[in-house]
Amino acid sequence: MAPILEIKNLYKDFGSTNILNDVNASIEAGEFLVLVGPSGCGKSTLLNCIAGLEPITSGSIRIGGRDTTHVSPKDRDIAMVFQSYALYPTMSVAKNITFGMKVRGVDKAEQDAKLAEVARQLQIEALLDRRPAQLSGGQRQRVAMGRALVRDPKLFLFDEPLSNLDAKLRVEMRTEIKKLHQNLGASMVYVTHDQIEAMTLATKIVVMKGGVVQQIGSPAEIYTRPANLFVADFMGSPAMNLIPAQVTMNGKGATFTIARDDAAPLVLHDENAQPLPDNVVLGLRPEDIGDAALRKGSKLQISNCQVDVVEPAGADTYVLMALGGVEVTARLQAETAAQPGADMDFTFNMEKASYFDADTGQRLN
Amino acid sequence: MTDSVMTNAHRGMVGKVALRWVLYLLLCAFALFYMMPLFVMITTSLKSLEEIRTGSLMSLPREVTFAAWSTAWSSACTGIQCEGLRPYFWNSVLLAVPAVIISTMIGALNGYVVAQWRFRGANVLFALMLFGCFIPFQVVLLPMARVLGVMGLAGSISGLIFVHVIYGIGFTTLFFRNYYVTIPTELVKAAKVDGASFWRIFMSIFLPLSLPIIVVTVIWQFTQIWNDFLFGVSFSQAGTQPVTVALNNIVNSTTGVKEYNVDMAAAIIAALPTLLVYVVAGKYFIRGLTAGSVKG
Repeated sequence: MAPILEIKNLYKDFGSTNILNDVNASIEAGEFLVLVGPSGCGKSTLLNCIAGLEPITSGSIRIGGRDTTHVSPKDRDIAMVFQSYALYPTMSVAKNITFGMKVRGVDKAEQDAKLAEVARQLQIEALLDRRPAQLSGGQRQRVAMGRALVRDPKLFLFDEPLSNLDAKLRVEMRTEIKKLHQNLGASMVYVTHDQIEAMTLATKIVVMKGGVVQQIGSPAEIYTRPANLFVADFMGSPAMNLIPAQVTMNGKGATFTIARDDAAPLVLHDENAQPLPDNVVLGLRPEDIGDAALRKGSKLQISNCQVDVVEPAGADTYVLMALGGVEVTARLQAETAAQPGADMDFTFNMEKASYFDADTGQRLN
Repeated sequence: MTDSVMTNAHRGMVGKVALRWVLYLLLCAFALFYMMPLFVMITTSLKSLEEIRTGSLMSLPREVTFAAWSTAWSSACTGIQCEGLRPYFWNSVLLAVPAVIISTMIGALNGYVVAQWRFRGANVLFALMLFGCFIPFQVVLLPMARVLGVMGLAGSISGLIFVHVIYGIGFTTLFFRNYYVTIPTELVKAAKVDGASFWRIFMSIFLPLSLPIIVVTVIWQFTQIWNDFLFGVSFSQAGTQPVTVALNNIVNSTTGVKEYNVDMAAAIIAALPTLLVYVVAGKYFIRGLTAGSVKG
């Protein structure tokens, strides 16, 4: 079956400024694609291009196997949810939801049936006669989703739909969107700058920076095998530790020497390492550094380090230390005995390590 | 009284209250000052000529008479004709109502396009329209007379409507543009995805939002057009003159005795419609000028 959405060699310029540079991406039916990146990376522009709200400079966009590069938004068989919800202020909730059908000339009985179905699905039956101004943020969000749902489109587009909600509601609505995706089996493209939203919702993530796609992959791939330093730093919270290290290659893999201010250098080994340049950036997730007293494993390397700061966070305790001139975070169990200023043994899981070229920032392993 | 208030203020204890009082007193004084001409106009219009000659300008009428009003309305002389203001008043209505409606509609449409359908050169176009607001009317009298002549509209009410619509568009566009620019552009995007056309979006989404700014524009345009004298006197002929021109003629063409009471009554009649518009729609005027952002 043809992909639901297929973007090929897409370029977008505003005047002489290049916004999107050779974007390629595709999703199969039922996939949840998340476009993620810092503000100004072009992710919203890309979504607008998919919707047909922004003309593209070159390249092609196919939706449902049909070339829609020059098709107007209404004929692309899409529905879109906006950051500001963009509810029509003078219309009731019911009219907001049925406006699209009314414009397309769907007959009244069918409109009513679909409205009732969507209202039940989103539990907004009681709100149908209200105006958008009389709704709370979460309710507006539901109405905006209802407006998209009645369309029953090939592709749903979401433009940062949760960023106007408070933290608690955001988590709730995130779960609802995920449920909705599972129940409908619909194909969705979702824009966010929040990497946690991206990780939790996506079946496939596109990480963007400066109009260029940095990496496309499943959340697990992006998390464990980031393609470059930008992705490694952007995805995950707390961020991946990126520690400058000197490499010595020998018969038994690679040895990494990490400078420390007031102690002997920290030395780590990776038996399975492929040949590496002399200077690399060693990437380790906070959970790949552990408390040696609590964590056992034959592959783990143990080393003594000085603890600078201890931050208990309930389920976990974060410990900060200085290695190779950068601050390194370790995620330890809550029952750790770590004390600020004291030395303790840490485990380093080199099987999970990522190596990056110190000059280009590209992944080496 | 005032002295004690002042000393209190200096003491600082009740300084705030005193300041309030001083403020109110000042405001009352100014209000009285600005009401004076209206007071004189109304009282004079209700007096007989006899009483005006003998009494004081500021005194209330001893005997209230509406004779001057009926003269002003239906029998005062404007030059050689003596039909009062009535025919000219209707000329003004026939002129102002269509001119206000047309210029407001065009302004709404222009504002919608300039604010929400950005195109190459939209800013330049808008700047040029704004520039039109600042051209003194005197500058365009001769070219406009020529244009009206070529169009065959010289001396007609249609010609005057045309002139007022043209010179109103700058302001009406400015009003609507500044109002619509506060409406999130995502609204248009959402409607486009819903399949609505340019016109459908305007009629179904933007116009229903526009009541406050429509009121502002209507008041502004109506006041401008109704009170206009320069265009009225330049581009009209006998029979198509607006009320402002007729008022001028009544006041200037009396022979022998100057009928102040008739002049005053005529002036009030000529000013009544704009006054009425402010009273009816005034609260929307302030609201519309300050409001703008549409939430939700």
